[in-house]
Amino acid sequence: MALKGNLKDVGLNQLLNLIYLAHKTGALTIQHGGGSTAARLYFREGKLIHAAMDGQAARLTDIMVQVGKLTADQAKAIRARSKVDTDKELGLLMIQNNVLNQTDIVQGVKNYLLESVYTLFTWHTGTFRFDPNVLPPEERITVAVSLDHLIIEGSRRVQEWEHLRDELPDLDLPLKFADRPDVNIRNINLSVEQWKVISFINSRNTIRQIASFLKMDEFQIRRIVYGLQTAGLVDVLPSALPSGVSAPMPLPPPALPPVGRGVLLRVIDRLRRI
Amino acid sequence: MQTVKMVVTGPFNSGKTAFISSVSEIPVVRTERKISDGTRNLKEQTTVAMDFGRITVDKDLSLYLFGTPGQKRFDFMWEILSEGMLGFVVLIDSARPETFREARRILDTFRSYNNTPLVIGANKQDDEDAWPPDDLKIALGLDQTTRVLPCIATQKESVKSILLELLYVVLEHAAEDIPRGRKK
Repeated sequence: MALKGNLKDVGLNQLLNLIYLAHKTGALTIQHGGGSTAARLYFREGKLIHAAMDGQAARLTDIMVQVGKLTADQAKAIRARSKVDTDKELGLLMIQNNVLNQTDIVQGVKNYLLESVYTLFTWHTGTFRFDPNVLPPEERITVAVSLDHLIIEGSRRVQEWEHLRDELPDLDLPLKFADRPDVNIRNINLSVEQWKVISFINSRNTIRQIASFLKMDEFQIRRIVYGLQTAGLVDVLPSALPSGVSAPMPLPPPALPPVGRGVLLRVIDRLRRI
Repeated sequence: MQTVKMVVTGPFNSGKTAFISSVSEIPVVRTERKISDGTRNLKEQTTVAMDFGRITVDKDLSLYLFGTPGQKRFDFMWEILSEGMLGFVVLIDSARPETFREARRILDTFRSYNNTPLVIGANKQDDEDAWPPDDLKIALGLDQTTRVLPCIATQKESVKSILLELLYVVLEHAAEDIPRGRKK
């Protein structure tokens, strides 16, 4: 039986926790937003073993390029020598040609799996489906990654997301350059993404419009704007703080049942007979 | 005549009225109104105050079952209905994960009134999209001691097993509480 749902109802961290605690084997497919981007994570007995982004199980050479262990030319040369194009064969070719050793390969795959899942933590809208007992194609490499650290890191990223959302609750506001930046601008190194955002700052563009134009999701744009804001470079019009959130009340002491054991046993006996 | 009371709660359209109807010896007293908002595509009518069912135990004792309204705007009824209850059942539509968070909110709200015994009914287990009870338990972030049981609210035996389980939990609580009550 497949588990299906929406990420806004059951977050990725909750799903990973479920797979981890229930030692599940199968494939978790996540469709991002309403679009066509999809990711598929494979698990065996509660451990992540493979990831396929954009619907395709990546070949070992592609993975090694992505994590910076191989150049595109090296990958191409390895693939040209491969006869059956399985990950096992590709891995052997890398080792035999002294391009990478086994530790490099395993670590590279692990990094790829981790980065794939971390990317998914930025997906806050979309649907998911878990199909039990579905495993990756046989020709693809699998490396078991424990989910406990992933879940902790996921929680941290979710918290970061929530913090950013609290700091920048309204994306429908324009940005403006700070009148008197309280930092020495000459000492600031901006990333490419930050420069891109800065180039769109004017009183007509809201943060959401900038994100839309730069094809950034809410997490990315919030992180960049928050960074610029805390550096004293830009200002956002203040918005109303969310209504006060009070700390959870402690549970009252357990109430004594209003009836005795004899009454309970009579009810149980009656229920059994209906 | 002594009466004891159990409450059946849960999100909108989780099956509370059907649950009570399956075991009540009287036609369930319903306070339903036609739905006028966006949830109308889920069902035509919903409970606005409470559902009421009864099981006569013997000439001196009856069990009353109260079903709460599922829609949030009627939640002022929850505390009123929970007054003096033996325990409560939280029914969840296992095939609609979009209601799980609301179910957890309802559960926490009822617990805050009074830490009375409870069981969770993972309803609609006959639906092919239903989440199994064990998965539901993890998804809801419940502790190991909270009992999550499979349920099909339209089937009498299934409802009976949920109510019996709740009564066993009440018995356990009673056994734990008595020594503490005598400590004065």
